[in-house]
Amino acid sequence: MIKHFLNLEWKAFFRSASFGKSLGIKIFMGFMALYFMVCFLVIGLLMDKILEKVYPDTDVLVSFNSLLFYWILGDLVFRFFFQKLPVMSVKPLLTLPISRSKVVNFVLGKSALSFFNFLPLFAIVPFAFKLIFFKDYPSGSVLIWVLAIIITTLIINFINFIIESFSAETELSFLPVILITGGLFALDYFNIVSFKGLVGGAYNTIYESPFLVLALVLILGIAYFLNFKLLHKKLFLDSGLKTEVKEVNASNLEWTKNFGDIAPFMQLDLKLIWRNKRTKSSVWMLALGLLYGLFFYPQPAYQDKTFFFIFIGIFSTGIFLINFGQFVPAWDSGYYKLLMSQNIKYEQYLKSKFTLMALSVLVLFVLGIPYVYFGWKILFAHFAAAIYNIGVNTHVILWGGSYNRKKIDLSQKAAFNYQGTGAVQWLIGIPLLLFPMIIFALLNWLLSFEIACITLIAMGVLGIVFHQKLMRFITGKYLESKYKMIDAFDQEN
Amino acid sequence: MIATSNLSKKYSGNQVLHIENLDIPKGQSFGLVGNNGAGKTTYFSLLLDLIQPTTGHIISHDIQVNKSEAWKPFTSAFIDESFLIGYLTPEEYFYFVGELRGQNKATVDAFVSQFEDFFHGEILGKKKYLRDLSKGNQKKAGIVAALIGNPEVVILDEPFANLDPTTQIRLKGIVKDLAETKGVTVLISSHDLLHVTDVCERIVVLEKGEVVKDLVTNEATLKELEAHFAN
Repeated sequence: MIKHFLNLEWKAFFRSASFGKSLGIKIFMGFMALYFMVCFLVIGLLMDKILEKVYPDTDVLVSFNSLLFYWILGDLVFRFFFQKLPVMSVKPLLTLPISRSKVVNFVLGKSALSFFNFLPLFAIVPFAFKLIFFKDYPSGSVLIWVLAIIITTLIINFINFIIESFSAETELSFLPVILITGGLFALDYFNIVSFKGLVGGAYNTIYESPFLVLALVLILGIAYFLNFKLLHKKLFLDSGLKTEVKEVNASNLEWTKNFGDIAPFMQLDLKLIWRNKRTKSSVWMLALGLLYGLFFYPQPAYQDKTFFFIFIGIFSTGIFLINFGQFVPAWDSGYYKLLMSQNIKYEQYLKSKFTLMALSVLVLFVLGIPYVYFGWKILFAHFAAAIYNIGVNTHVILWGGSYNRKKIDLSQKAAFNYQGTGAVQWLIGIPLLLFPMIIFALLNWLLSFEIACITLIAMGVLGIVFHQKLMRFITGKYLESKYKMIDAFDQEN
Repeated sequence: MIATSNLSKKYSGNQVLHIENLDIPKGQSFGLVGNNGAGKTTYFSLLLDLIQPTTGHIISHDIQVNKSEAWKPFTSAFIDESFLIGYLTPEEYFYFVGELRGQNKATVDAFVSQFEDFFHGEILGKKKYLRDLSKGNQKKAGIVAALIGNPEVVILDEPFANLDPTTQIRLKGIVKDLAETKGVTVLISSHDLLHVTDVCERIVVLEKGEVVKDLVTNEATLKELEAHFAN
């Protein structure tokens, strides 16, 4: 039986429609994985040195154990957002003569092989290696300790799924996990209950009396059993395998009427952004973009690097522009045929996107005015960046969109979703961010900060003045590739 | 009047559609039947300028569809679910389509309310997004949206599939009414020979992209079609 399951998995991986097409993304993800692995490896190799430095009086292993509590909390939160139990793929198996418990065991067993469970090993194994061979720790005890850590990883793995299954039904699904981990952290931090000490002590004890590792095995067994129970109960079309149905939160968006004939498209775009997971995440990115400057400006090192201001300016006023704009018109790929056969003007359709992006830049600039606290130069640079964003970048990104050939399925999850990402999305970043930076840095170096800013403003104003002409040119580009887009958006990828 | 001349579509040398000549007069209810891959949807896609013809062209009310966009105001279609916007409620979708066709909310409301029977109380005021409706209900919403704004040409691909019997019968009434009393040219494709002979004045059979039969519907048509598809 397990042979059949593995066979299915193998085929699902290699025959997925996206396998060949998005090789670039696969390679990118591979590099990310590699990057993390190397990071963990380096941390693992230097762990003893770091710990000796931070806690010079304590034994390395004891101080490591004392930090385990934070690792467990962090891992839980991280997994909650990025690791999901792949239950949907078992739907076709339900009517076949395979017992439910086998299916459940397979799904759970598969989750144990997740990348998230292997990642800690890259740090733990070299650490343990150094303990045994360079510090003369008893090898048997250290190996048991490594085993305890591996079991802990698996326990976290299964506990995460339990938390997920309970919080899936609630509106703010991430609240429980934040409350639990935040609560535990707070209890520890304010010395009400020292979980840090408790967890550290527990692992110290396991190190000293190895048979206690059985306790962890028992916890793992319980976590697995609970998962099994939950999943077994849910493996029906009308419970766990049901796709969520959300109640509508309707608003009439009457204010968009002020924008005249593009109003219906603006309403559509706003609903698009608010009612789909993937687009909604670009709204949260707004906050990130806005606060981006706070990572740099308070540090004295960046105070005199004026050319850096423009990068942060472009980024923080243009984050929505970049995030949303790079997937125009793929956001509408699901119903592109409708739009193309309806009585619409392409120009209005594009103008609605332009207006939204320009508005977002304006709003983000205004919200970013408090940055003036770090110096008027920063505000001036942000202003120049905002004008440049409105006049140049909006047009560039819309123009880039006419080369967009990748469909986006709006119902898919948001995080780590690279669907719809192609070479265009990477290339468009060059004119968007690099080009203004180079111009600015050059002028700033040769002439002065003011002239550099004014040049960018002038370019932006030029773009705004020729807006109509540019839009006509862009519309022409879209019309040229109409059939190609319809065809491409029709394909699953 | 929709005039098709010397129309063909090839995919990498493979001919999927070839229509020498086909004229559909205004106000006709026109049925297109044929097995899978016969070219029905290809023809409709060409008619909506969603794909480019390899040769030839279609002229709809004096407008060549792949040259000008002036056919859009009087043409509407429902081909498949990709004509729906999943994150809108049915009402919002109707308003959106209505707005594109120059209808205000009140007119759309009045128009849609005629179809309360057809909707069977499962579409309006349900506070559900289109993506969360069942296939059949999605289809109902799509078909009604295609009728908003008094189009002169209505194109429906497989409108009867996925609908329940009651709705099928109601839909037949709607289509007949459109062609007979409102002078709308209705183009329908279907696998259901009974429905299509019920509704359409004229039936064209496509086979491997070519017109093999062009019939004016009468009592014998159903038998003839059944005989044709039996071998």
